[in-house]
Amino acid sequence: MINVQNVYKTFYVPHKVQALVDITTNVAAGEVVVVIGPSGSGKSTLLRCLNQLETADSGHILIDGIDVMDPKTDINKVRAEVGMVFQSFNLFPHKSVIENITLAQMVVRKRSKAEADQKAMGLLDKVGITDKAAVYPDQLSGGQQQRVAIARALAMDPKIMLFDEPTSALDPEMIGEVLDVMKTLAREGMTMVCVTHEMGFAREVADQVIFMDEGAVVEVGTPEHFFTKPEHDRTKLFLSQIL
Amino acid sequence: MALPGKIPRARGRGYYYLWVGVFFVIVIGLISMLSYATQKIDYTWRWYRIPQYFVYHDQVEYVAEIDGEVERIDRKGETATVVVSGLGLTETYEMPAAGVQVDKGQRIYPGDILGIHGRWRVGILIQGLWLTLKVSAIAIVFGILIGLFAGLFRISDNPALKWSAVTYIELIRGSPLLVQIFIWYFVLGTLINSLLAKGGIVQVPPLWFGVAALATFTGAYVAEMVRAGIQSIHRGQTEASRSLGMNYFQSMRYVIVPQALRRIIPPLAGQFISLIKDSSLLGIIAIRELTKATREVVTTSLQPFELWFICALLYLVLTFSLSMLLQYVERRTLAQ
Repeated sequence: MINVQNVYKTFYVPHKVQALVDITTNVAAGEVVVVIGPSGSGKSTLLRCLNQLETADSGHILIDGIDVMDPKTDINKVRAEVGMVFQSFNLFPHKSVIENITLAQMVVRKRSKAEADQKAMGLLDKVGITDKAAVYPDQLSGGQQQRVAIARALAMDPKIMLFDEPTSALDPEMIGEVLDVMKTLAREGMTMVCVTHEMGFAREVADQVIFMDEGAVVEVGTPEHFFTKPEHDRTKLFLSQIL
Repeated sequence: MALPGKIPRARGRGYYYLWVGVFFVIVIGLISMLSYATQKIDYTWRWYRIPQYFVYHDQVEYVAEIDGEVERIDRKGETATVVVSGLGLTETYEMPAAGVQVDKGQRIYPGDILGIHGRWRVGILIQGLWLTLKVSAIAIVFGILIGLFAGLFRISDNPALKWSAVTYIELIRGSPLLVQIFIWYFVLGTLINSLLAKGGIVQVPPLWFGVAALATFTGAYVAEMVRAGIQSIHRGQTEASRSLGMNYFQSMRYVIVPQALRRIIPPLAGQFISLIKDSSLLGIIAIRELTKATREVVTTSLQPFELWFICALLYLVLTFSLSMLLQYVERRTLAQ
């Protein structure tokens, strides 16, 4: 489903940083991949390269067989198939909860308002906040906002979901409600790539854990391998610091 | 209530009323001084002469042009047709039935009044006010459109669009509006109208060059506000909308611009109020807006003191109404 081949990326602002160094990885359909690593290790950059919010310098990224780094690719079509959930939710503050979820359905998928509304209500039910359909995002708690953001991404019927530290901006008591939604999605067979610090989530639902440091993939393995017998010293050090 | 930069501190009970009193003393003092000074130079205030420049009663006289007698008067509802004939000539005059002053068969000499008709007409000041309002309203609409596109071009990656916008904005903001009005009227106006005349097409009246000058002037400032407004919207909004598959224009149209416009309503209001006031410069290219109208009335009435105060007051009415309107719009959009 996702093939990343020899991807490099360097930031020059504010100073030269090798953000991604020769990244090669594959994600099969239905797989849940958790990317972990210290801050600045390039995990968010990798995620953002997948739907071209960042452009890599070289290499190939294939989403469902389409090379997203090819300038001839209609990236908007690919993005519609790839949902993304952000650390800071990024809900549209001038639109109500239901409008947040219906907007792209109508604009991009050309669904009728009735169809989009129906879809949105179904998804709000799924994430457990049907009673907040008419309110504006600033009246919701962080956990509720993030669940709306997930519903907004799911409304496009994506084949892949990307999560960029979805729980990092949340108060501790709200992390559970968001992770529950993500676990449900994983059980339903959604292809997911999650950048997160939630090791419990990684252990419970991940098929693959990727550990990155200084822009490179250091170690890849199943959660079991990862949390019981990590091979690299860098991985061991990181795990000892956060667990 | 603490104001920014202030820490509330205990005041005596009389503090508030004392300084309110001082305020009124200052205001009344200034008015008295003005009044005293005008008496010293023997200026006579004649406020009663002012209303005629707002509305006045106009008498229209229907005057006979030939010798003869009234042959017949046909009354049809509100209008009457008076037919005068004599010396082999026949003339017909139409007038309101109520104003007919002659009877059938009456002897008529040239210059005789056949009928009179009185009606209320709006005075020159109201005409000027209306023109100011019209010019400003059209210029505001075009100013918004020009500003919106120039602002979007300004932040475009495309060098042609970006540099065009930058050049436009810098040229306009770097030169006086008065000079721009002259350029629009005497340079572009001459060019356009001469070319149109060669093609045998009707001329563009000065009003439109005035509107163009104001609209392009305002557009440059609005463009900078639009740019700042769009750049103030968090990057995450663009990323969220684009990640959903929206293209650049959809993201701008549905997500970024609506949020940016809400933010720029207050500076926009200030710009539009400036525009209304700046429209007073259009008098110099023969557009009889409020200021030019006032100047004309001043030369005929010789009551400059009253008239200039009235003129300022009328501008205040316009700007204050606009300010209230935009405050209402702002409150409504923020309430959502």
